[in-house]
Amino acid sequence: MTLDIDALIDNPDMRVIVCCGSGGVGKTTTAAAVALRAAERGRKTVVLTIDPARRLAQALGLRELGNTPREVEVDGFEPDGQLSAMMLDMRRTFDDMVLAHAGEKRAQEVLANPFYKTISTSFSGTQEYMAMEKLGQLAGEGRWDLIVVDTPPSRSALDFLDAPQRMSTALDGRIIRLLSGPARTGGWGLRKVVGAGVTMFTKAVSTIVGGQLLADASAFVQAFDSMFGGFKARARRTYELLRSEGTAFVVVASPEPDALREASYFVERLAGEQMPLSGLVINRTHPVLAGLSASKATAAADRLDESGEAPLASAVLRLHADRVAVCERERRLLARFTKAHPSVPVVDVPAMPSDVHDLVGLRTIGDRLAGI
Amino acid sequence: MSWTQQVSRARLHVVTGKGGTGKTTVAAALALALATGGRRVLLVEVEGRQGIAQLFDTAPLPYEERRIASAPGGGEVRALHVDAEAALLEYFAMFYNLGIAGRTLRRMGAIEFATTLAPGLRDVLLTGKVKETVGRTDGKGRHAYDAVVLDAPPTGRIVKFLDVTKAMADLAKVGPIKGQSDGVVRLLHSQDTAVHLVTLLEEMPVRETIEAVTELAAAELRPGAVFVNRVRPPRLPARSVTPAAGGRVDASRVRAGLASAGLDLAPADLDGLVEETVEHAVRVLAEQRARERLAEVDLPALELPEVIGGIDTTALYELAEDLVEQGVR
Repeated sequence: MTLDIDALIDNPDMRVIVCCGSGGVGKTTTAAAVALRAAERGRKTVVLTIDPARRLAQALGLRELGNTPREVEVDGFEPDGQLSAMMLDMRRTFDDMVLAHAGEKRAQEVLANPFYKTISTSFSGTQEYMAMEKLGQLAGEGRWDLIVVDTPPSRSALDFLDAPQRMSTALDGRIIRLLSGPARTGGWGLRKVVGAGVTMFTKAVSTIVGGQLLADASAFVQAFDSMFGGFKARARRTYELLRSEGTAFVVVASPEPDALREASYFVERLAGEQMPLSGLVINRTHPVLAGLSASKATAAADRLDESGEAPLASAVLRLHADRVAVCERERRLLARFTKAHPSVPVVDVPAMPSDVHDLVGLRTIGDRLAGI
Repeated sequence: MSWTQQVSRARLHVVTGKGGTGKTTVAAALALALATGGRRVLLVEVEGRQGIAQLFDTAPLPYEERRIASAPGGGEVRALHVDAEAALLEYFAMFYNLGIAGRTLRRMGAIEFATTLAPGLRDVLLTGKVKETVGRTDGKGRHAYDAVVLDAPPTGRIVKFLDVTKAMADLAKVGPIKGQSDGVVRLLHSQDTAVHLVTLLEEMPVRETIEAVTELAAAELRPGAVFVNRVRPPRLPARSVTPAAGGRVDASRVRAGLASAGLDLAPADLDGLVEETVEHAVRVLAEQRARERLAEVDLPALELPEVIGGIDTTALYELAEDLVEQGVR
């Protein structure tokens, strides 16, 4: 089955397209190419990118992290619809969220806490959480009729689904109260359950991380507590948005075993979460462009090399044989995926000879995505 | 310049590289190469990806050293998957009597919480465990391993990962973990440690490699060798590359050459061959530029060929042999 990108972006009920996959497979480029194509086919589109390569950012006219979308303005670019783009600023998104949910005084307390700095910049999962938060905001604004989202370059493609939950666990306060606070409701019960070990653990943790950090964390969690309900409610709304009919997930992979394995996990996970999967994009494939088998090409090159009279033709034959071998390997890997997931539509995007650095390049990728 | 005297003195080989460059494959091949001739080598992974188990086609590794391969000449490679939570619990057990509470705390997410509280803690625990394996000796004072190869985090995070001193700044100034980390710092900054960089002949990986070398030097860590992975053979005669990359392939000459080899192709197929040739030439030019840039970092460089059929155990042994031929010992 072939993935029909145009049917996806031409469907007016389709409001969100999420591009996901493991790092280094060309997710951001795919997201940008899909958004550009949608804009040129008449949709009011915004693309949310996470950490794009410099040249891709330039192609979209993005010079810096701006936490709000800006319309892409390039000479001669007059789409039937509209294209805006933004790069995620994770720290500012987090700050904005705190400001929106806490009273002025509380918010300042939280923002000034040293532990907040750690959580909003170094906690693994913050970027994923903030990407989803930003998606929720963009959807809430209602200014666009199609949002295309790139997902963070996580170790695992699944991280962004789990990040809000992980952050909730970390901030939920139960453990920190256990570790630092005077015994409160809940605290004693837990203490009873795990017994003396907890006291030892508390002691151990404070020896390791230092008393000051623990005190900061405790103050942070207390100030944060009042906003926590709001955070959770938002994360739940975004999760529901991802599960709704107006959302489509596009899994992106390269024709490599690791990337395709990640893609498989992702497909299974989406099914488990009842999230709508549209298909798989395989980036940077190497289709064979001439109907000549590798063995024939190699045999002919051997004959030419013996006489030594046509070095160019011999080279052409050998590089063709290499390409056939690469293509066969890619087909084999893809066949393994489709055998495990026969109902997932696939489209492959042949490798471009050089990096994409302008809208023309993105448009070419869009064409290839659409099978043109 | 290939494997130098100085690099061969290292006992801890840290292997990093941009994601997708084949870091784990190179680390495994390096471990096999170092074990060749009867030595004992430990291959360690810390990212929780179980990449080693997949590479050697075995069940996921537990937090335990396991024999994973034998090397030519009686050597052996063992593998260890270090898990930060398990390392923290092991560490607590050494200094505090947690009893059965350890498991309960783990279930509650308390361990994850402790590592969240101080993100540097995770790295300190992982490098701490690696240091323990490097320094371990038997009863007679002989090293348990002749070499330890670490499949490390990617270049983007490597300096942060290895810069234990900085991570410790967030943590307590006294106590057992401080004492242990001082030893880790000494090891990582000594001649016993070499940080190798894996790259492809492509623009982004090469740029990251060069940046990483600078960052490593600034953090007083020793860059070891550069492993250029997945090198493909150049096919075109050198003088044809630049014109072909610009789209100038003499199609009539190709056709005549094919004819003299007895091949008579349809025009569309000939066009296809020409297009493939142009794409090949564009890539070869990009590879030449990448090679020139790599030469700027004055490090030993080793090359590994592209394995088109994919990496399996047989391919790993072949790559290890390539490394031995380039002087790895």
